[in-house]
Amino acid sequence: MKRRDFLKGCLMCGAATSLGISNKAWGAGSFEGYPEAMGVLVDLTRCIGCRSCEAACNKEQRLPEPKVSFDDQSVFKEKRRPDENAYTVVNRYETASEGKTVHRKIQCNHCNEPACLTSCFVNAYTKTKEGAVIYNSKICVGCRNCMIACPFNVPGYSYSSAINPIVKKCIFCYDTRVKFGRPPACVEICPQEVLTFGYRKDLIKMGHERIRETPDKYVDHLYGEKEVGGTGWLYLSGVPFEQVGFDTTLGNDPIISNVKEFLGTVPMVLAIWPALFTGFHLLSTRNKGHEGGHGHDAHSKSEQEDAKK
Amino acid sequence: MKTYRENGVGIVDSLYKDTNKTKWSLKEKLLLGLTPQQYIGQALRNPFNWLLAAIFAVGIPIILGRFIFGLGWVTHSSNDYPWGMFLGFGLFAMVPLSSSGFQLGTTCEVFGRHDFEPIERLGLLNGLLGYLFAVIYLMVDLGQPWRLPYPMVVSFGPAAVLFLVAWHVATYLSVQVAEVSVAFFEWIGFPMGKRGVRKITLGLTVAGIILSTLHQGALGALFTYAPGKVHPLWYSASFQWLHFFVSSLPGGLCMVIAVSTIARKTMTWRLDKNFNDNLDKLTIALAKGASMGLATYLTIKLIGIAHDNKWEYLATGWGQWFMFEIFFGVILPLGLFAYAIRNEKVGLVRFAAFMTVFGVVLNRVNTAMITFNWKLAEREIPHWREVLISITIFAIYITVYRFILYRLPILFQWKTADEPVEELATAKAGASYSVADGSATLGTYRSKVESPLSPNSYTTMNDGE
Repeated sequence: MKRRDFLKGCLMCGAATSLGISNKAWGAGSFEGYPEAMGVLVDLTRCIGCRSCEAACNKEQRLPEPKVSFDDQSVFKEKRRPDENAYTVVNRYETASEGKTVHRKIQCNHCNEPACLTSCFVNAYTKTKEGAVIYNSKICVGCRNCMIACPFNVPGYSYSSAINPIVKKCIFCYDTRVKFGRPPACVEICPQEVLTFGYRKDLIKMGHERIRETPDKYVDHLYGEKEVGGTGWLYLSGVPFEQVGFDTTLGNDPIISNVKEFLGTVPMVLAIWPALFTGFHLLSTRNKGHEGGHGHDAHSKSEQEDAKK
Repeated sequence: MKTYRENGVGIVDSLYKDTNKTKWSLKEKLLLGLTPQQYIGQALRNPFNWLLAAIFAVGIPIILGRFIFGLGWVTHSSNDYPWGMFLGFGLFAMVPLSSSGFQLGTTCEVFGRHDFEPIERLGLLNGLLGYLFAVIYLMVDLGQPWRLPYPMVVSFGPAAVLFLVAWHVATYLSVQVAEVSVAFFEWIGFPMGKRGVRKITLGLTVAGIILSTLHQGALGALFTYAPGKVHPLWYSASFQWLHFFVSSLPGGLCMVIAVSTIARKTMTWRLDKNFNDNLDKLTIALAKGASMGLATYLTIKLIGIAHDNKWEYLATGWGQWFMFEIFFGVILPLGLFAYAIRNEKVGLVRFAAFMTVFGVVLNRVNTAMITFNWKLAEREIPHWREVLISITIFAIYITVYRFILYRLPILFQWKTADEPVEELATAKAGASYSVADGSATLGTYRSKVESPLSPNSYTTMNDGE
């Protein structure tokens, strides 16, 4: 964490504060995930939509009692998303492929390079070496930039609280289970073995193995292996992914790489602008003192200045 | 106000009210030189004040309610649309309209174009207030606004664009307070402070350019975190920050034109001759700048589309909406500016400036709200309380803006000399001017006319009644 210490040092230096920010571009290397990161392989062909994972999550994370009980299938009428009361939800899709009904569990995918983490200006998110993306509610200001940034629309916000609203999302049961090497509650309870918990690198092999063994059963793609830089949760499906609510247009670059172009300009502006504009000032007020000053012929950078000649 | 002026009530535009060098008291300055009865009387006569009062009566309780019952009470608590009107309009639209501060600062202080000075302070004030109220909108929107200083002191997320925005807006706000404080020091009668700030003006201005370039762009870069959510026509990984930065240039200049137009219409008594005489000329000069900015913006907007080959989207419904924005917000005002500048039609310039402001606001609202999540079926329509709060904060903005314009030397020049060294040198010039004009105003020399001269203007005016 030397880099962070260095940054903090910079930021402490009063006047140098704004300059310190330029180093932020360093925060965006190409990172392929921790070697010991855990993950979950989700096999959509096995899911029957029993919602027991939702119930287990609710209990494990001490979330409020739901309005509709977990054995009620009527929730499938609409497409739900995770929110402050449910860190995971299962949706049902009637697909175009031979009328197959597919169920899909949604929760945080625990990205290798999480967009929520890189967009957070107080560093409230942490990617642990076990692969979980966890959140510190003590320092969250509530800007909700993470919700804007998350390509999977996962984080929810407890809008109902006036005093202490915070982001609510799946944390991979980090505090209670994954930290101790145990699988998260949803994985443990699943009766159909839809979910497999293990090292991410092993799960990737396992996923490809299944596709190779029964190529008729699966679409030849392991969703999450490469998407937005790779995610901890990986998906196998029997129908094209876009038919079951997956965004297949995200690309393989982590979200932060879109932002790098801007971050790259920051040091340039900080370094060049002061010299450039004080230079203009000297040129345009040359031989005039400060009082006179009509007309200047400095080649100005910003075009509106040119126009005013 | 006009009525009182006609009845010979003096305008507070210097430290002293008459030849005996009695100073205006702070209370008199605050009441614009009127008695409390007169002040309340004129305030009650103005129908616009009644409108403001009505908005406050409804809106302020709702703002308080937001802090008692939480964001869920005033917004639709949407997880898919985490940013609503407070940020979509309040932050993203107010900030580009406030770029006038650094632009006019640059023109006058860096490029030495002192002919822009009559409008420089309006530009600076417009910048300061725009930023201040953008932050106020932000405070209403943040889940825990009392933690706003956290990115400065508690925990740092230096890889985040918002981190840069937070630091830069905070720093720039202080820079702008310092720049505008010159007017405040004149008004309050604290020449030491004024001299102190004048010494560091160049530094402040250059700091302003850097901070503005970066955070105007950074607001655009915030959306590069959501490449799949912002509609491709409003999104460009490479150009997003340039689009936001470049469109903020005409946005800020046109906002100054718009505000000066309103000020000229509604507070005629407050403008001095210097401002009035120069305004038309300066409006055209600002419009020239704005049209250069607009032309650049249009070009890079088109390059942005060509760069990612997004032409096909133009044929969709979103594309029509995009073309509407570009036509009425950019191309049409550009054409009007070209015609009006050539033919020196100031009225048309002003109209086009209002259109540009509209175009910039529409662009920000489109990016942040209307076309955001274009892939989702449901569109977010703001809650009525959210709309009301936004309107209320804007009304507070107008009230504060007007309060300051009425009092501080922004639209007029403070007539009290505060630099004794230059006093003698300019006294003659001032005298000759007053003789030449013989009327209310005292020449175009910046705040250096000796004090005993200024009361003449009042007596002239009073005699005239």
